[in-house]
Amino acid sequence: MVNTTQPTADLSPAPAVKKIQDERLREVSLVTKIMRRPELGALAGLILVAIFFASTADASMFTLAGIMNILSPAAQLGILAIAAALLMIGGEFDLSIGSMVAFTGLIFGAFITLSGWPLLLAIVATLVIAAVLGGLNGQLVIRTRLPSFIVTLAFLFILRGLSLVGLKWATGGSTQMRGIGDQAGEGLVRELFSGNALEGVFAWLAANDLIGKFPNGTPTVTGVPVSIVWFVGFALLATWILLRTRVGNWIFAAGGDPNAARNSGVPVDRVKTGLFMFTAAAAALVAILTVLDAGSTDARRGFQKEFEAIIAAVIGGCLLTGGYGSAIGAFFGAIIFGMVSIGLTYTRFDSDWFQVFLGAMLLLAVLFNNFIRRKVTGER
Amino acid sequence: MESQVPLIEIRNLVKHFGSVIALSGVSLNVHRGEVMCLLGDNGAGKSTLIKTLAGVHRPTSGDFLVEGKPVSFSSPREALDAGIATVYQDLAMIPLMSVTRNFFMGREPVKGVWPFRRVDFDHCDEVTREEMHKIGIDVRDPHQAVGTLSGGERQCVAIARAVYFGAKVLILDEPTSALGVAQTSMVLKYIHQVRQKGLGVIFITHNVRHAYAVGDRFTVLNRGKTLGTYAKSEIQIDELQNLMAGGKELQAVSAELGGMV
Repeated sequence: MVNTTQPTADLSPAPAVKKIQDERLREVSLVTKIMRRPELGALAGLILVAIFFASTADASMFTLAGIMNILSPAAQLGILAIAAALLMIGGEFDLSIGSMVAFTGLIFGAFITLSGWPLLLAIVATLVIAAVLGGLNGQLVIRTRLPSFIVTLAFLFILRGLSLVGLKWATGGSTQMRGIGDQAGEGLVRELFSGNALEGVFAWLAANDLIGKFPNGTPTVTGVPVSIVWFVGFALLATWILLRTRVGNWIFAAGGDPNAARNSGVPVDRVKTGLFMFTAAAAALVAILTVLDAGSTDARRGFQKEFEAIIAAVIGGCLLTGGYGSAIGAFFGAIIFGMVSIGLTYTRFDSDWFQVFLGAMLLLAVLFNNFIRRKVTGER
Repeated sequence: MESQVPLIEIRNLVKHFGSVIALSGVSLNVHRGEVMCLLGDNGAGKSTLIKTLAGVHRPTSGDFLVEGKPVSFSSPREALDAGIATVYQDLAMIPLMSVTRNFFMGREPVKGVWPFRRVDFDHCDEVTREEMHKIGIDVRDPHQAVGTLSGGERQCVAIARAVYFGAKVLILDEPTSALGVAQTSMVLKYIHQVRQKGLGVIFITHNVRHAYAVGDRFTVLNRGKTLGTYAKSEIQIDELQNLMAGGKELQAVSAELGGMV
């Protein structure tokens, strides 16, 4: 790296310059800084929704048990939404993730019940197959230069159909495969993917009267469902990748303007293919978590999750055009989802209002994001 | 200047795309510390020539020497590594990303060991702020999106980035064509600064005034051929204009309209 110094006379001594600029830095108001965060909308939305339910819903919604109830569906959706957010920032869509959940659920179930593989092997194989399918999606999009919307829409139907056909074939005519939970066995691997985490902590908290417990001394909430732990871990990892690593910068660049990125030496095609693989693997992870939790899988698993994931990502600040967004925003977006879908049952409202609410949130989020983008880029 | 080996020298460069002859014998050289203006009307072959120099296309025949050594680039990356940096008119920066992220795009410095390897953003911000200051752009905050900069500032940042990463030759593809007067003079001033640092600049434009303001020598391209190279002392601005437009017709139009086109 050659850092040529300037032969022309410097106008002012460097230290003075630094000082002036540092002063100017402080002038960037806190408001501007906050406005620049893509997840602002999602956080504001979450607070609004929480206030709404705090004032209308039964108080039991915000107990520890209630919060776990909200977070469980949020976690499953959230893992998908975070992956979808990264892919959207990278400038692509994947409409096949819902079907991918069903399909990978099927092959995972088949590995356990039909092949009798040990759990760890079945999990690894399922993730690898998902990644290969995701890579195929990515390569098709890159090589044909077709919009990912249309390519993955094809896979939405292909994978859903394969799941149905495969399930009937594997079970002799049923669209549900049972007995996966029984055959998966127990052990460390099982505990990583199903049941509750932090049970010891919760028992200790209950023993010290910090959380509610039954008269016999067991806590009312025995632990955090592992899917929630995965969800939080996923959000942290994705945020770190996005904001602190080279790959993160490349994701923003690939989605922002692939040509400019290529001209600057960013391996755009590799980044996009990797994102498709990551998204598919996230769908497989959700499949593994939910199948082990329920002990069975069926053809409707993951139905319409692709739309919900994209909605959560958009609520989280992702632009449909790519190049902008955040993983932590998708995290909040998924929690909003969970809070509304579960929260309505704690109120006197008909829970079918959920869809109305969902559409309204989406519309608001898109309008808000557009406004923010204009602010950020100085577009007029 | 004359005694030196040119930074870039091309002789009789020919490029065919199937049956289309895009370049049919182009010769050009650029020395350290000079601005070589490449002038030509639409379709003269300017774009093909830059893309060949930038490693996007391979020449069909002809010599391409960098600092006296023959080269053959198979990718833009190789040209970049050889010190030839191309700044494209509107494909240089990503508006939604911060100035820092744009500046280091594709060449992010990392620290730490895998899997904890991360971009050293403190260093990046500091360098960006310094480089911005050198070119006289007061960036209050290197985290602000490039979209908030003006077109001229964006071009300057793109040029500064190329200079910072060790370019010896800068190829500027119509850097001023989309800019207003004040913005243009800002970019031209910066091109002048870059020349003083000892870089060679190839400045592509079809605006003769912009070229004449900053150029040392002028090469005119027409229908895939070089019509000639002239030092600034050898040629007047209106001669250059006529040469570029292929002569007569424009003169006639110009006379008709009672002024210079």
